[in-house]
Amino acid sequence: MIHVFAFYLFACIMIAAGALTIFARNPVHSVLWLIVAFFNAAGLMVLLGAEFIAMLLVIVYVGAVAVLFLFVVMMLDIDFAELRAGFVDYLPFGVLIALVLLAEILLGVGIWQAGPIELAQRAAPAPTDAHNIEAIGALLYTRYIFLFEAAGIILLVAMIGAIVLTHRARAGVRGQNIDSQNRRRPQDAVVNVNQPVGQGVEL
Amino acid sequence: MTAFFQDYLGLPYEGAWLLSTIVGILVIALPLMLAVAMIIYADRKIWAAMALRRGPNVVGPFGLLQSFADGLKVFLQETIIPSAANKGLFLIAPIITFTVALMAWAVVPFGAGVVLSDINVGLLYILAISSLGVYGVVIAGWASNSKYPFFSAMRASAQMISYEVSIGFILICVVLWAGSFNLSTIVESQKGYYGFLNGNGFNPLLFPMAVMFLISSMAETARAPFDLTEAESELVAGYQTEYSSMAFALYWLGEYANVILMCALNAILFWGGYLPPVDWAPLYLVPGILWLFAKILFFFFVFSWVKATVPRYRYDQLMRLGWKVFLPVSLFFVFLVSGFLMLTRYGVAS
Repeated sequence: MIHVFAFYLFACIMIAAGALTIFARNPVHSVLWLIVAFFNAAGLMVLLGAEFIAMLLVIVYVGAVAVLFLFVVMMLDIDFAELRAGFVDYLPFGVLIALVLLAEILLGVGIWQAGPIELAQRAAPAPTDAHNIEAIGALLYTRYIFLFEAAGIILLVAMIGAIVLTHRARAGVRGQNIDSQNRRRPQDAVVNVNQPVGQGVEL
Repeated sequence: MTAFFQDYLGLPYEGAWLLSTIVGILVIALPLMLAVAMIIYADRKIWAAMALRRGPNVVGPFGLLQSFADGLKVFLQETIIPSAANKGLFLIAPIITFTVALMAWAVVPFGAGVVLSDINVGLLYILAISSLGVYGVVIAGWASNSKYPFFSAMRASAQMISYEVSIGFILICVVLWAGSFNLSTIVESQKGYYGFLNGNGFNPLLFPMAVMFLISSMAETARAPFDLTEAESELVAGYQTEYSSMAFALYWLGEYANVILMCALNAILFWGGYLPPVDWAPLYLVPGILWLFAKILFFFFVFSWVKATVPRYRYDQLMRLGWKVFLPVSLFFVFLVSGFLMLTRYGVAS
């Protein structure tokens, strides 16, 4: 009973939050509704018994991606009238995407209704007592190790690329070298001079 | 507890489960609020003692009731909402901070089997919840519609994300060693280092991680010396500038609840949680919860000590420490710990 109640609670809030993400006038509100949707999606994952995916969803999307969204959107100075102006121009394209997505959903549901999917070639998760994390890890690091590593390398390349693209060497920047500061001793910096009266200091 | 309610009240399983969960939440949250009030008092007393002052000493014996007097004062004040603020978000932000600070306690084990929710992914849950904490600050900064809170929100989000990365790697080391994400299992796995010590911190491979986690947890909770988000000489009061009355109090409570949580995590992950520090039978007669509290108090003392003695970091130094020191070192230790475990515990795969 509680499961059913929780499912409908999460699902309803998620759909409502998803709708509000689109309809909210203020982009910051949009991002916040998106976060609510993510969070409820994580709740649904927990109900499915996929607690590892749920936690990753919250850590990665809510904890990192959405913060960066929010970071960027908060700093925008948005003219709402201008945003509204392009609506009609983009409408056909938006409708097209909506139709494609609708077709995909219908196809998916149709296939589901047609009967159990035969995926003999795929690795079906073996029904073991292993925890989520162990099961996913065992699969990722054995059968899918090359795909997994490839994904990691692609991300690494993307990260290095982003750094290279945005990095620029600026002249005249006086950075702080903490090692040299720590290595500096009083005898390197301060000199005691017994200066006779009437003579200038030799530097 | 579910079984108790089922037997004595004759409730169906789900009703008993719901009731026992609610009771469990209250049993954790209400004493936690009291603990926060007392720990604010302790913080002020320690800080005062290190500055050779007396600290709060007027309200109640030794000033013990100071926090409650402050709470009452704040409660009776007028809630001022700036007219240019985004009202809904302005009021939601402190609630988020406060709620998130309480949520993480669901998986903290107070004793062998004494935990509200003994889930497999306990540590990930704590990471997830602590990554939510930044929203309370960011939303407050934006919704206040004021410059200083906004700067503070920017600083806070960058700071928390930076230190979460290295915290993640530090936690991975502990998880590798314990072989589990479950906090109770992690505590139990710390039994008997060298036959008589309890705690990952006594492991030479994990001790540097323990020190780094302590420092990172100060940065994560934005405590001094990493309290750039509310640096009063630069940002007035940071993201709290526009807040008054109960909203302000919620930030205050949430912040200290977070600090206690981080102290508890230090104790649980590296210093044996509810286990006594030495694996000696008579010490197990003391209830585990007292050991946990003693360790939490010790770490809180360290937090206060640092707050009282260390000057505030500059922002670029904070970022340098997070990205250029902690991140490479913790990453290196992930490799080191996993390599060591492959060699000794699991055997090198052929």
